[in-house]
Amino acid sequence: EGCKDSENSCIVDNRVVLKIIKHYQEEGQGNEVVQGVLLGLVVDDRLEITNCFPFPQHTEDDADFDEVQYQMEMMRSLRHVNIDHLHVGWYQSTYYGSFVTRALLDSQFSYQHAIEESVVLIYDPIKTAQGSLSLKAYRLTPKLMEVCKEKDFSPEALKKANIAYENMFEEVPIVIKNSYLINVMLWELEKKSAVADRHELLSLASSNHLGKSLQLLMDRVDEMSQDIVKYNTYLRNVSKQQQQKHQYQQRRQQENIQRQSRGEPPLPEEDINKLFKPPQPPPRMESLLIAGQINTYCQNIKEFNAQNLGKLFMAQALQDYNN
Amino acid sequence: APSLGAAPAQLRLQRHHLRAVRQHRPPAPPRRPEPRGSGPAVPSPPARGRSPSKARGPRRAAPHSRRDSTASLRTTGEEGDAGTVDKHSVEVTNCFSVPHNESEDEVAVDMEFAKNMYELHKKVSPSEIILGWYATGHDITEHSVLIHEYYSREAHNPIHLTVDTSLQNSRMSIKAYVSAPMGVPGKTMGVMFTPLTVKYVYYDTERIGVDLIMKTCFSPNRVIGLSSDLQQVGSASARIQDTLTMVLQYAEDVLSGKVAADNTVGRFLMDLINQVPKISPEDFETMLNSNINDLLMVTYLANLTQSQIALNEKLLSL
Repeated sequence: EGCKDSENSCIVDNRVVLKIIKHYQEEGQGNEVVQGVLLGLVVDDRLEITNCFPFPQHTEDDADFDEVQYQMEMMRSLRHVNIDHLHVGWYQSTYYGSFVTRALLDSQFSYQHAIEESVVLIYDPIKTAQGSLSLKAYRLTPKLMEVCKEKDFSPEALKKANIAYENMFEEVPIVIKNSYLINVMLWELEKKSAVADRHELLSLASSNHLGKSLQLLMDRVDEMSQDIVKYNTYLRNVSKQQQQKHQYQQRRQQENIQRQSRGEPPLPEEDINKLFKPPQPPPRMESLLIAGQINTYCQNIKEFNAQNLGKLFMAQALQDYNN
Repeated sequence: APSLGAAPAQLRLQRHHLRAVRQHRPPAPPRRPEPRGSGPAVPSPPARGRSPSKARGPRRAAPHSRRDSTASLRTTGEEGDAGTVDKHSVEVTNCFSVPHNESEDEVAVDMEFAKNMYELHKKVSPSEIILGWYATGHDITEHSVLIHEYYSREAHNPIHLTVDTSLQNSRMSIKAYVSAPMGVPGKTMGVMFTPLTVKYVYYDTERIGVDLIMKTCFSPNRVIGLSSDLQQVGSASARIQDTLTMVLQYAEDVLSGKVAADNTVGRFLMDLINQVPKISPEDFETMLNSNINDLLMVTYLANLTQSQIALNEKLLSL
């Protein structure tokens, strides 16, 4: 299974893959998210991630833990032994694919603002445990970067920028590259460690995973519908206000006409906008994020289902053959 | 999320800078060698890393095959009481490199650096303790005795791991040692390094990662991408097919007398066959159909949701 180095891929060293797996295994059981920093280089417009180090989790009793200092010290020490120490991104583990959150957006924006090519690596441990490594690299699209820079999340601004939930993140294909020395070591390991194949990928049990994914999807859809209701009320308020303004203006005009007919001076023009304060438009970023998250969930579910359908049909074919 | 530290300027390096920066790196982190030996697991101070001057390491089996990098091993230490062999094992889970300087007659280790690194690492994994040190190179020299002595100060019985990146005998041998004193007490004393058995253990997700990485061995430019859904099922079933063919071949060989029958293998095969569940065809049909229906329904719902949010998006921009 060779693979072409496409233009927009990012090269990940095997060390990063294994370290991320290890970090999650040791620190991240349960719903908690583990995070860490990616180090590497940019070569010929392509990002190469060559090392990483984990970030300790935030605990209440470590209130004086200085994140920046920890990072600086780590990077300084790595530079001391000639390991690549330039910051190029960060990684995070995810629970059943839920990572499209405001926090992630903000962090990735600040990273990308400083380094254009930085990515966030999302590692899905549950999917990996089912048989195949799930590691994806994401970057914010340039459009979204623009919007975040302006910090203007009102409906008009987003409409102008023409952002839909599909073009919030762009996925960067990942390529794993090894040095010859590593390949030699891998051959050695293969000889020495007779680990039995476990074939998790071919397991037919799917209901547990499906159940949890659907639960998360339902929660998100609920949030989305609440958001939509909020937006609808806002729109209704705006149109009601327009009507009120219109009525007020008409009344004013009528009064003025009456006054003129009676020879009295017309009433002064009042600033309409001061009388009718326009309602606040709700920020649309939340709903974009929710839509993005729902989309990710659906994609994951569909992929999982496609795999399982394939497996079930295989099982059926085998059974038919036996009868 | 981890925030950006100082401005990461100058990411784009020239080619020649790259060569200088991409030094020899220690190979991928040890996949938990498990030495079974005499001493219990004890923390030992970190070992030394390679000196900056000997930067161009033996990536392509360079002439100077001496140890170029050493580092400390940390593990989830298991202290067993002496006696049972089982408890006498140590699991190495992580390592980091430490700079050192080596000349003909003397050796300098940056212990300060080592302590710092260890403290930093402890913040993430507080249960790991220092176990020993590693060195690249294929032999043990006097320098290693000295370094080992450094570590004996902090650890009770430090472990020394050598990784032969110079590929002597066309193999990358990975060995582990503990030191034992020898000689005539009172007169000439020396130190002997006794070898330990090294085993590799993986946990599930790690093994899956390693499997994927191993695939680069088969690709011409040593790269591998991550494949998606049905492709993976396809390759997994191909693997099972291969193993099944092997088993069938073995069975036929035994039947035709080419290979002597082995009882243990026979028992395994019996277990294998008995594990296939016996279901009547009707039951299997119902089970299959209900599963397929579930999956189809969920796919339909997922598609429906996606079209809903697409619609919502369109309506918003009206």
